Amino acid sequence: MQKSDASSPPQGGEPVLLLNGVSKSFPGVRALNNVSFALRAGEVAALVGENGAGKSTIVKILTGIYSPDAGEIAVGGQLRKFQSPRDSWAAGIAAIHQETVMFDELSVAENIFMGHMPCQKSGLVDWPHMRQRTAELLKSIEADFDPEDKLKQLSVAQKHLVEIARALSHEASVIIMDEPTAALSRNEIDDLFRIIAQLKAAGRAVMFISHKFDEIFRVADSFVCLRDGEKVGDGKINGITEPKLVSMMVGRPIDQVFPKRDIAIGDVVLKVEGLSNPTEFADISFELRRGEILGFYGLVGAGRSEAMQCLFGMSAASSGRVLLNGTPLRIASPVDAIAAGISYVPEDRQEQGAVLPLTIRENITLASIASHVRNFFLSKSSELKAVRALGKRLDVRAAHWEQKLGELSGGNQQKVVIAKWLAARPKVIILDEPTKGIDVGSKAAVHDFIGELAEEGLAVILISSELPEIMGLADRVVVMQEGRIANVFTRGTWSAEAIVSAATGARKAA
Amino acid sequence: MNKVPRQDVADAAPRSLSDRLLRWESILVVMLVAVIVGNTAISPYFLDIYNLSDATYNFSEKAIVALAMALLILVRDIDLSVAAIIALASLAIGLAAQAGAGLPVLLLIGPLVGAACGAFNGFLVTRIALPAIVVTIGTMSLYRGLAQVVLGDKAITQYPKDLAAIGQSYLIKWPPLPYSFVIFLGLAAIFAVVLHKTAFGRKLYAIGNNPVAARFSGIPVERIRFMLFVLTGTLAGLAAVLLTARIGSTRPNIALGWELEIITAVILGGVSIAGGSGTIPGVVLAVFILGLATFGLSLVNVPGIVISVLLGLLLIFSIAMPIVVRRLMKSRAT
Amino acid sequence: MNFLLKHRELALSLIIALMVTGVGIYAPAFATLENAASVLNDTSILCMLAIGQMMVIITRGIDLSVASNLALSGMLAASLAQNYPDLPVIAFIAVAIATGLVLGLINGSFVAGLGIPPIVVTLGTLAIFRGMIVVYGGGNQVNASEMGDVFQSFPKVTFLGLSTIFWIMAAVAVTAWVFLSMTRVGRGLYAVGGNPVAARYCGIDLAPQQLLVYSLAGAISGLCGYLWVSRYGVAYSEIASGYELTVIASCVIGGVSIAGGVGTVAGALLGALFLGVIVNALPVMQITPFWQMAISGSVILAAVVVNARAEKRGVKLILPEARLAAGAAK
Repeated sequence: MQKSDASSPPQGGEPVLLLNGVSKSFPGVRALNNVSFALRAGEVAALVGENGAGKSTIVKILTGIYSPDAGEIAVGGQLRKFQSPRDSWAAGIAAIHQETVMFDELSVAENIFMGHMPCQKSGLVDWPHMRQRTAELLKSIEADFDPEDKLKQLSVAQKHLVEIARALSHEASVIIMDEPTAALSRNEIDDLFRIIAQLKAAGRAVMFISHKFDEIFRVADSFVCLRDGEKVGDGKINGITEPKLVSMMVGRPIDQVFPKRDIAIGDVVLKVEGLSNPTEFADISFELRRGEILGFYGLVGAGRSEAMQCLFGMSAASSGRVLLNGTPLRIASPVDAIAAGISYVPEDRQEQGAVLPLTIRENITLASIASHVRNFFLSKSSELKAVRALGKRLDVRAAHWEQKLGELSGGNQQKVVIAKWLAARPKVIILDEPTKGIDVGSKAAVHDFIGELAEEGLAVILISSELPEIMGLADRVVVMQEGRIANVFTRGTWSAEAIVSAATGARKAA
Repeated sequence: MNKVPRQDVADAAPRSLSDRLLRWESILVVMLVAVIVGNTAISPYFLDIYNLSDATYNFSEKAIVALAMALLILVRDIDLSVAAIIALASLAIGLAAQAGAGLPVLLLIGPLVGAACGAFNGFLVTRIALPAIVVTIGTMSLYRGLAQVVLGDKAITQYPKDLAAIGQSYLIKWPPLPYSFVIFLGLAAIFAVVLHKTAFGRKLYAIGNNPVAARFSGIPVERIRFMLFVLTGTLAGLAAVLLTARIGSTRPNIALGWELEIITAVILGGVSIAGGSGTIPGVVLAVFILGLATFGLSLVNVPGIVISVLLGLLLIFSIAMPIVVRRLMKSRAT
Repeated sequence: MNFLLKHRELALSLIIALMVTGVGIYAPAFATLENAASVLNDTSILCMLAIGQMMVIITRGIDLSVASNLALSGMLAASLAQNYPDLPVIAFIAVAIATGLVLGLINGSFVAGLGIPPIVVTLGTLAIFRGMIVVYGGGNQVNASEMGDVFQSFPKVTFLGLSTIFWIMAAVAVTAWVFLSMTRVGRGLYAVGGNPVAARYCGIDLAPQQLLVYSLAGAISGLCGYLWVSRYGVAYSEIASGYELTVIASCVIGGVSIAGGVGTVAGALLGALFLGVIVNALPVMQITPFWQMAISGSVILAAVVVNARAEKRGVKLILPEARLAAGAAK
């Protein structure tokens, strides 16, 4: 474990942000225990840890949403107590959140200055001044939209720029970026990193939170690692290796290599021919065999989820055919898809996958509820039988099956959602970003499980934006770009470079 | 895979007495007992079986609509037009009676008109994807407005005797039970079973808690919501038959303001306005609390509008009290 | 067409102008300045209530108690006039506004302090406020003859052909416009309604904003209570019964989104004016007033359908040709 005393200056200079012995408890949980670290001007520090390690609690304490039970926070050498987000903002801390949380109906200028709009002497908002300053800020980060544009007209990446401009508008000395790259394409990530370099040069301290190690090693100067609410290490990023950092996070060595199972691939189960939709995707054709894992790779927004949701009956196709075991299917709604034997585990767990206020049992049986009806009534014993079997198989960690799903960790929620779709006894299962935002331990369990499903003879479609995941698990990879299939690669003959350039359209001619 | 020893997961949490006592339905039972005891204390006439049976006349029709409204609010919708539907359905019954229609037609036309009105609401809400509250504010004016256009300032008062018999006599002589009350009890039993014991009921809870995830889970969300609007309209039409038969007249202002009383009962019954939680037993208890409290107070000649003040207070404080108690307990714990 | 859908206020003004022209061609008496003034005077109270309601709806709330508040405030002002007819008019107005403000504060405290859904709170206070009129006055009404001249003459004073009520409305509208578009707090209302979580991160908390808007809506209702009672010369428990729905309807027609975060003073005014023109046009068109309700219901439905079309989220544009086509359409 690294030396972690905040008083040992790694590069000289007073720390801009200093946490000393910060603790926070919730009923039944110790979210943070005696955490101390320092952040210096011009430094980018990565805050790493599994889900539930305490990263978001730190963010919430620093932004004034929670107040710590014990410990001190100093900004610019001054001790601070934040009663509300306003206090933290006034102290010079700005946060850019996971999903951009801002005001769609308001203008870019208002989004940047909400909460601290410039006023005239009369107390009325000084609109011309606000617009002018917005224009300057946007120019400084090379953003090419207008201060008057409504936020809803912008793309996700542009919204990030608005949030950065917001942080700059206030001369914030500490900028927290909470998984800022989650929804960005590769080019947009490059742009973001360029801006982070600018911020560094301007002497701002950046706290960078990400699950993606390549980004952490690319952008960070130092790291702070949390596990179960405690700091388990910190130091210079170039003093540690990726495997070491991972084992520090999880407290045990984790096999980050994906053991590809040797599975006999059978007959064609699903055949899709020329599936199209007027605006989202066109000419999607592929075959999927028993026991095969077919990866779908592409940039975020390449139309992968849209095509799969259409296959699942969430939206209508304008043309194309879908055949299951040689018989053409007519899928007008998810009801038809489920009946035909197609399951789809959606990307957005909280919104589309889980019904958090319902119990684990009610969630697992939701997509197969008809099979538990005995003489018009629901049979709880039949439900419990299915739930026990699936819950055990997926290793769901819970106190009891009547626990509300919202009380479980993200990883366990995802296991329950997958269990729901297995309960529907599919022949084809589509997994859309199944490991997005879940911790390393659960991630390994899900990877292992995907292999198991294929071994049992299911045909699996795996949508993922993580190249190692897809190259580790898939037998073939379909790469989509701008709504069309750009290329198909087969295990053994692919390379990471070829897949990425197909996805970005870089070497389309070749 | 991480080899942490696997825990056993229990089937259900150990049941604790305090959990059961703190259930909303238990609180409602206490409130109901208080209403009965209080009314018995202030009026010697309250516990008379014939008086009680007459009391049911005044809330059974609203209670029938409240059952359907509960399901609608459970799935995050609402129907403010129910009272207007009653007016339009009552008008249809009146016109049919003027045209000399027989009893079967009179009994059927109310629910049919109600179903049509509900279908129109449902169409606007689920097909055109408009917020239910706005749509039904609009159709509330539209439906009652149509009744007003036809009736003007007149009333239809000529109804056949056999219709009046349904509204004014007992279905069962002893214990004396009016038609409307028996219909309400029967429907309440059916609604309770369907909501709490069938797959359809489970789907309603799923929709109310997360409509998007419900749709992804193969639940035909829009179709079910549409059906619930039609059901609500149909029961409003049924209520119109019972009400028209009971009072023997149709005026444009018939059942005016009922939508608020019905929604009050549903909310007091523990159905969350945000959707996803609530039970039929809770709604039935709330209907009895409101109905018997109203009846008891009117026995001692408290004016109707003053009763409505008390019911308004009851609604707000019954929702506010648990929140205040929870906060006090929390602040004591820390 | 798309332009008009996006600029609702302009579209609504055009529709109102077309309506006035149409009715005016049929019955020239309708399109006179005199009649325009009388429509404006008639509609002013609705306009003010719509502005108050709009501020509540912007924060994702709703106030069903406005009409009951109006009736109770008006009753208290009238009964003050009954007992002390010689007080200056400002005293009556102050009592009405103060009553309305307190009632609004009560709503606001339950919503902001305890987090009870606004529809539940105001459904309850809708019944309570109106019932309090009977509890207070024992069911008696205050008639014009009992109110005294000071109380009644004020709203009938005219300036430039328009009554005091109109000018008060104009003052309320201008103040509301300045407040909503030119102050930090006003812009904060849109932030809270558009995205309460993000607003909190910007240092804008929901609860004080809720307390503010329900109080403002209450104070406006109180003011309207005095104006209503003095104008129509009677105060009793049933005045403006059910009017809350007309007020909400004005907002909906004016493009205020029930989902929060969207709405303008101009929109609310035009929505109210739209209903006012219809009400005033019916007798001129020799349509019985019994049609009024059905027509306003249809108008509300038409307005929400149009709004929904304007707000409709486009499908995702992923295919390059779809993006090009969309770009060309702009």
